[in-house]
Amino acid sequence: MAFLRSLLPYFTFAAGYLVVAMLVENSYYQLIITLVLVWASFGLSWNMLSGYTGLISFGHASFFGLGAFATVLAQIHLGWSPWIMLPVSALIGALAGVLIGLPTFRLRGHYFALSMLAYPLAMSYVFQWLGKPEITIPRVLDHPALFLQFEDRRVYSVLALLLLTVIVVITRWIERTRFGMSLVAIKQNEAAAEAAGVDTLRWKLKAIAVSGAIAGAVGSFYAVVILVITPSSVFGMLVSAQALTVAMFGGVGTVWGPIIGATVLIPIAETLHAVIGSYLPGIQGVIYGLAIIILIIAAPEGVFWKGVDLIRRRRVPAAGTVPSGAGGVSRAASVEPAGGASPASRISDRIMLDVRGVSKRFGGLRAVRNVSFQVRKGEILGIIGPNGAGKTTLFNLLNGFQKPDQGQVLLHGSDLAGCRPHFACRAGIGRTFQVMRPFKRWSVANNVKVGAYVRAASEEEARAIAREAVAQVGLSAISDRPASALTTKQLRLLELARAIAGRPEILLLDETLAGLGSEEAKEVVAVIRTLAATGLTILIIEHTMQAMVQLVDRFIVLDHGQLLTEGLPEAIVKDPRVIEAYLGAKWAAHA
Amino acid sequence: MTGTQIIIESILQALAAGVLVGAIYGLMCVGLAMIFGIMRVINFAQGDFMMLGMYAAYFAFTALGLQTVFGAVPGPYVAVAIAGPLLFAFGYAVHKFLIRQVTGMRTIAMEAEGHYAQLVLTLGIALVLQNGAMILFGAQLVSLRTPLTGQAWMLGPMWGDAVAVFLNQAKVVAAIVSVVIIAGLWLCIKRTRLGKSLRAAADNPEASVYVGIDVDHAHRIAFALGSAITAVAGGLLATNHPFHPFVGLDYVIVMYAGVVLGGIGSVIGAFWGGMTIGLVQQLSILVLPTQLQNATIFVFFLLIVIWRPQGFFGRVTERT
Repeated sequence: MAFLRSLLPYFTFAAGYLVVAMLVENSYYQLIITLVLVWASFGLSWNMLSGYTGLISFGHASFFGLGAFATVLAQIHLGWSPWIMLPVSALIGALAGVLIGLPTFRLRGHYFALSMLAYPLAMSYVFQWLGKPEITIPRVLDHPALFLQFEDRRVYSVLALLLLTVIVVITRWIERTRFGMSLVAIKQNEAAAEAAGVDTLRWKLKAIAVSGAIAGAVGSFYAVVILVITPSSVFGMLVSAQALTVAMFGGVGTVWGPIIGATVLIPIAETLHAVIGSYLPGIQGVIYGLAIIILIIAAPEGVFWKGVDLIRRRRVPAAGTVPSGAGGVSRAASVEPAGGASPASRISDRIMLDVRGVSKRFGGLRAVRNVSFQVRKGEILGIIGPNGAGKTTLFNLLNGFQKPDQGQVLLHGSDLAGCRPHFACRAGIGRTFQVMRPFKRWSVANNVKVGAYVRAASEEEARAIAREAVAQVGLSAISDRPASALTTKQLRLLELARAIAGRPEILLLDETLAGLGSEEAKEVVAVIRTLAATGLTILIIEHTMQAMVQLVDRFIVLDHGQLLTEGLPEAIVKDPRVIEAYLGAKWAAHA
Repeated sequence: MTGTQIIIESILQALAAGVLVGAIYGLMCVGLAMIFGIMRVINFAQGDFMMLGMYAAYFAFTALGLQTVFGAVPGPYVAVAIAGPLLFAFGYAVHKFLIRQVTGMRTIAMEAEGHYAQLVLTLGIALVLQNGAMILFGAQLVSLRTPLTGQAWMLGPMWGDAVAVFLNQAKVVAAIVSVVIIAGLWLCIKRTRLGKSLRAAADNPEASVYVGIDVDHAHRIAFALGSAITAVAGGLLATNHPFHPFVGLDYVIVMYAGVVLGGIGSVIGAFWGGMTIGLVQQLSILVLPTQLQNATIFVFFLLIVIWRPQGFFGRVTERT
């Protein structure tokens, strides 16, 4: 029900659009009305992959062009109706998506974007070489409707609107489920998503398959509407650019972006072309280009997000200046004495994690050398050492970001060394990062929900787990607030909540106190302690010795990748070898 | 002439053509590398900056009367030398008034660090330049012809007078000029203070700010310099290739492929990347139909990038 209600604005738009489309008699304007919908749909296809995962594709013309050529060629050579080819083109698009995605997803950032550009251009030349410089859909005289040919051009607008509606519903549905959430998690931080149990490659392949399917179908429909296609008109760079222009102009990562973008830009471009193109060829390109330049400088993230930000700013006059620590945190802090149960009662004798002789080298650098240690259930283990001692690398070996060259990581006796991070997460190892990258526009609750998917079978369950995790770190009072409005301390707590939403047995905390003042650090320490009281085993990397000495049960000290020593906090802070590693030999003599 | 000799001759001819074209592509790529490598901004209008450079050289040659002052042979090269500074100023202004709005420090808070905005902005600039050029200069093909364009040097005959390789003189001059410019630029980047600040800004903009480098200024110089170099490459290309207002589209892809092949951030790498593209393009003619010449570039590009994502000269700098 809530899903349908969320589509209400769209249906209002669609109804209004339909009325306008029905009133237009002129066939040229009717074509513009159809094309707006076609490009909006294509923009949504692009948005499905690039808007949600953040992997910018310059190559969506591949899928579009394949759909268009398949449809026209099938009618010419096989006599197949476009009605059949519409779904077939979607299949072709999905298949092409997976085939292109498999090798290309190895690349990131600019490399991905530019590689995607190469596919449609290569295809374009191949089709040209095959002797298809220009092909036309043959006119059908008997039962033209069976071949998607209509005298009344308004029919095309209605069909395009149906196509768009299907795509909008699919997009909205994906947006609201773990599919969409996982994609956005990949966008905000692929590493963190993997660590939170998201199988990133699988979701990316699914996204490009859906995206390719939509683009294939849209390309197929476009060919039917436009009748004549050439390799450059369906595979060309301007086709791919059209998808990203409408989506980025309107706003990326929302179903509304491409619709707004197409509704504004396509009529402007086409009208300019029709009205002044004949007097001064090219002037429409200049005006269109100028319009894009001016708008993107005024609203760099697109019209939709600009609007959202304006409205939000009006509603919450000073979101950023709301006093920090509102609500729950102080409560969590006050629970501290009860939560800080004596270590003896908290720690059991059971060995939780048994690290045996792990090593990792990067070229000549031996980042981790033959490190072994054990962690008991419920224990809080501090990992200290100077910069470059191999602390973060050790964490990477424990949760699967890197594969150790030697050694074992035994969790409950089974070896996790070298398995992928999302698998380690499922096995019970959660983790936070030095660098925080929450999804800024999402609420606290939704940010945490991503972490819960690995344990939850349904949306409901994920929401419940997330709610519980948010309460555990004391952020319940602000769980609806967007992450962009949080303080550093609240963001650290948010990361903690996301990690515990995966219901880990072992939590790896990488410099969770970095950037916090001493009062704030105390509050976060209090929260960590309450988590430990629930039986969670915690490994923490930290530089702030003061906070650490109060928090941990035991330290291990790393230096130059080797385990220097381990022991109780009181012993460690007095150990001359530790002081030497941190401050140099001169100071060790004073200690 | 035997069959073997014919094959040898065509291979040598293709190699020579590849090296000559590759040198100009290399120069184009170096221009792009200044922008893409240092600022990490995907500038879709780069090809159109090149087109502007071609027209600037063309009009300097014809309308400014360089033809009569310097003569038909050196004239076009003087015109190309004038196009460089003109496009430097143009690039400087484009960065100052447009690109700066969506790059650098102010993008930290933006979604995807402002990449989305940069893409659309440069697409908009490309549209304005292409169509503006069509209005002002017309859509017909023009070229910066020199008497050298129609002349060739012959290497050989070798192998018992059977094998000879022809080198188009305009292309040879263009290739030599390209290599000289790149050598000069390379020295500048290695030796001068400006070059060092450019490299620092490319490596880590945030840290560069902390050590007192004006990253914004470094970026603007890089953008202007990149525009100028690409314009000069365009002018050199124009001495043996006719062009039109939409010529940029054909080359912008070649440029990006070259830069990525060489490794983003490496100026010398970009030259070798461009050279590789030139060679692949020319050698492919030996075995494939001419229409697939450019498809070969893209397939080759994909294979290399997927096999070695950091490019020939790039380093892996991913951190968790």
